[in-house]
Amino acid sequence: MDFTRNTKAIFKRELQSYFESPVAYVFLVVFLMLTAFLTFAVGRFYENGQADLRAFFFWHPWVYLILVPAAAMRLWSEERRAGTIELLLTMPITVSQAILGKFLAAWAFLTIALALTFPVLLTTLYLGEPDVGVALAGYFGSFLLAGAYLSVGILTSAMTRNQVISFVISVVICLFLLLAGWPPVTDFLIRVAQDHGHLEWLVQGVASFSFMPHYESIQRGVISLRDLAYYASLIIFMVFATHLVLDSRKAA
Amino acid sequence: MLEIKDLHKRFGALHAVRGVSFTVNRGEVLGFLGPNGAGKSTTMRMITGFLPPTSGTAVVNGHDVVADPIAAKKEIGYLPENAPVYGEMTVVNFLRFAAEIRGYSGAERARRADAAIENARLESVRNQTIGTLSKGYKQRTCFAQAILHDPPILIMDEPTDGLDPNQKQVVRSMIRNMAERKVIVVSTHILEEVEALCTRAIIISSGKIVANGTPAELKSRNPSGRLEDVFRDLTLGEETLRKST
Repeated sequence: MDFTRNTKAIFKRELQSYFESPVAYVFLVVFLMLTAFLTFAVGRFYENGQADLRAFFFWHPWVYLILVPAAAMRLWSEERRAGTIELLLTMPITVSQAILGKFLAAWAFLTIALALTFPVLLTTLYLGEPDVGVALAGYFGSFLLAGAYLSVGILTSAMTRNQVISFVISVVICLFLLLAGWPPVTDFLIRVAQDHGHLEWLVQGVASFSFMPHYESIQRGVISLRDLAYYASLIIFMVFATHLVLDSRKAA
Repeated sequence: MLEIKDLHKRFGALHAVRGVSFTVNRGEVLGFLGPNGAGKSTTMRMITGFLPPTSGTAVVNGHDVVADPIAAKKEIGYLPENAPVYGEMTVVNFLRFAAEIRGYSGAERARRADAAIENARLESVRNQTIGTLSKGYKQRTCFAQAILHDPPILIMDEPTDGLDPNQKQVVRSMIRNMAERKVIVVSTHILEEVEALCTRAIIISSGKIVANGTPAELKSRNPSGRLEDVFRDLTLGEETLRKST
């Protein structure tokens, strides 16, 4: 009972803190405008004439690549810079409660941003008869993807007091995790692997660590246990690593 | 009661705290003096559980801070150096957050926050964003979160640092009002504060305790009878000794 109460208190504080600075509003506006632009103009949503949200969800991995590290970078870096980490970690809470509270607050913030794209869904419902199940699966997949990016961001944020460094490293790691399973990259790597000793299995192996195949399979409307397990283990791994980093870097 | 048992802290090759031990009882206000870099803040951070000691421990009202940190932290109110606060929150929201973490909910939570605001004389800035407050008010806000749960043990790292003379008086009188019922450890550079506030003083230099006694006892160590001279004798000696080896 203690555990959830402390996590909840930190969750509330962190979520409120997003909205108490201009960061949240800038982020939301940019996210909504960017996804709209990419869906309707670049994705040719109207021209396609299809009542589905593929043109919308296609862009999320790339939009999240820039925006989620930006939302995550302040989670621990700001506490270190302002000195409030000393306040927080001398209160009767565990480091796990603090990490979990912050992670869930940031994820809730990203979910709010995602939820605010509902006009796209309404548009599709108005113009045609989309498969609502697939659309909802799409939203769920995007929600999980945001959580995965976020878990990388909270780790890099714990590593440094400098938000820019956290942002850059987070983007690089997420880019790697994204490209490793992106068809254009994997196709190229498989050709290279075939020429150099039949190492296709290695490429497939690395690709399975990537966000992309797991995101795409949920986008097709199938929420499989394998994909859920992937996201869960990635997030748990990153959160655990964050705990280790914080323990080893006390007061630094 | 607060017992510090042979605390050591190493940062790589730097041996910052070298076997610090002392005890403070209820009703005592212990002044923690020393030059910058002597290990005062490091020691306080180990007592409050922010830094793990390399060896040794602190026993806070019977709870070992290394073995049972959560129980120990519940007994402590801590005012860290530079009084960190969450700048984007208002004073009352910040204190309500602190109250929630300290285990209060509902009406009790609001009551505790209001009481802390009153005790730290923050009524006039209750709904102001902390980032917009002057240094004195920020310090008092951090002080308010330290006393909010009426902890038996108060650890304050330079609580009057950077405050103007009037604000210093306010903080000192707040401390004096609580002295009877609590164990209070205050670190400071201001020797007159030691005489005004503390029942006992410890001088720490280069990680070791070089003096431990009442202000009167310490002053008697030097023919001039001034704490400043005693301080200089004890701490400058250590530094020149260090430099020559």
